Amino acid sequence: MTELLLIAIGSALVNNVVLSQFLGLCPFLGVSKKTETAAGMGVAVIFVITIASACTSLIYDYILVKLGIEYLQTIVFILVIAALVQFVEMFLKKYMVSLYQALGVYLPLITTNCAVLGVALTNVQKGYNLIESVVNGIGISGGFTISIILLSGVREKIEHNDIPHVFKGSPIVLITAGLMSLAFFGFSGLI
Amino acid sequence: MNKCVERIYNGIIKENPTFVLMLGMCPTLATTTSAINGLGMGLSTTAVLMFSNLLISALRNIIPDRVRIPAFIVVVASLVTVVQLLIQGYLPSLYDSLGIYIPLIVVNCIILGRAEAYAAKNGPVESFFDGVGMGLGFTCSLTIIGMFRELLGAGAVFGHQIIPEQFHISIMILAPGALFTLAILSAIQNKLKLPSATNGDAPKSALACGGDCLSCQGCTGMMNHAVLAEKKAEEVAAAAAAKKAAAEKALAAKKAAEAAKAAEAEKTN
Repeated sequence: MTELLLIAIGSALVNNVVLSQFLGLCPFLGVSKKTETAAGMGVAVIFVITIASACTSLIYDYILVKLGIEYLQTIVFILVIAALVQFVEMFLKKYMVSLYQALGVYLPLITTNCAVLGVALTNVQKGYNLIESVVNGIGISGGFTISIILLSGVREKIEHNDIPHVFKGSPIVLITAGLMSLAFFGFSGLI
Repeated sequence: MNKCVERIYNGIIKENPTFVLMLGMCPTLATTTSAINGLGMGLSTTAVLMFSNLLISALRNIIPDRVRIPAFIVVVASLVTVVQLLIQGYLPSLYDSLGIYIPLIVVNCIILGRAEAYAAKNGPVESFFDGVGMGLGFTCSLTIIGMFRELLGAGAVFGHQIIPEQFHISIMILAPGALFTLAILSAIQNKLKLPSATNGDAPKSALACGGDCLSCQGCTGMMNHAVLAEKKAEEVAAAAAAKKAAAEKALAAKKAAEAAKAAEAEKTN
């Protein structure tokens, strides 16, 4: 149990997926203009990454290792993730209309988000079993959600501030993200 | 031959994927901790890009349009696996320092972007040289960013110590340094009004999304490029329809005015 908790905290805060590993940077900078959309994106990412890490972990353990074709992992994972996102979208559209209306817009955006493939590959690299993979997935996507909501909050405030003309637009957002990344360094003593 | 040289010039200077189009930001930030890492990442991406462009261009008439994106992904993923195994076998130290970012070349938007925007429409030779140009552009920018960060953060260039240790700003080779470097780069581009996707006067990229990763909603989501392209086409069609309607209206108004004039002329007669 403590081990699982350590994995979750480690992947959510200490090795934050965006701020220290730069995976999923595009939606992090692109969808963080408003807190509302950032939260929607975050929840969609948690949803997809958790399901994807469970599926890829099962496929790796029970198909790729059994057949001795571990070297095909990149190809298999990217196709599984792409198919999975399409499937989740169709499933939500048919059976969970309210959830689809909340998350539907964000799902196609995550299809080949590098964070999803990144989680699947990290799980394999670290030799996690099914439960550890799912916990790692929740931790990583939780870390993504925390940082995107924090950044969107800061960006809403920045809108009304007096920024040098040259730094308007993307430079100030990048500096904000850099300072957040610096702050997240404080977590490195946690484990 | 001229066309091939033009493609290489286009990739390195005119449409440089990092400095101008702002594509593939994740590997740019993550692997430029030193010049040699940036160079390694750039060259691996170049190798994948060259051959994926060549293969996709050669297969472009065989692949059905509806399954084109999954087919491209399979081609790219196979090439990435080949490159990964070669690096693991022959350059183990580079493999250790790049780690997870080698398999993640699959989701680098430059590769699928070039496949979609260039290789799917042009011949194999030109596509190959387009891949060489774009790849070298990416390599050059990654090496330059890597050199800059290594010089400030570790006081070295390609591992040769230049600045004594007490002057190192070690934050520059850590994660925040990458974001600060990119912020300063982007601010300089704003100041000098250089063409860049972040200040809105980049040469219009052939990508449906316009090729601006920093304000993008899902850059690697090439799946939604088809949707975006459709939307764009719809918008164009709607604009054309509106223009037509306006023209018709103007014509009708002109006719009515003429008729009124004629009627008035008749009346005075």
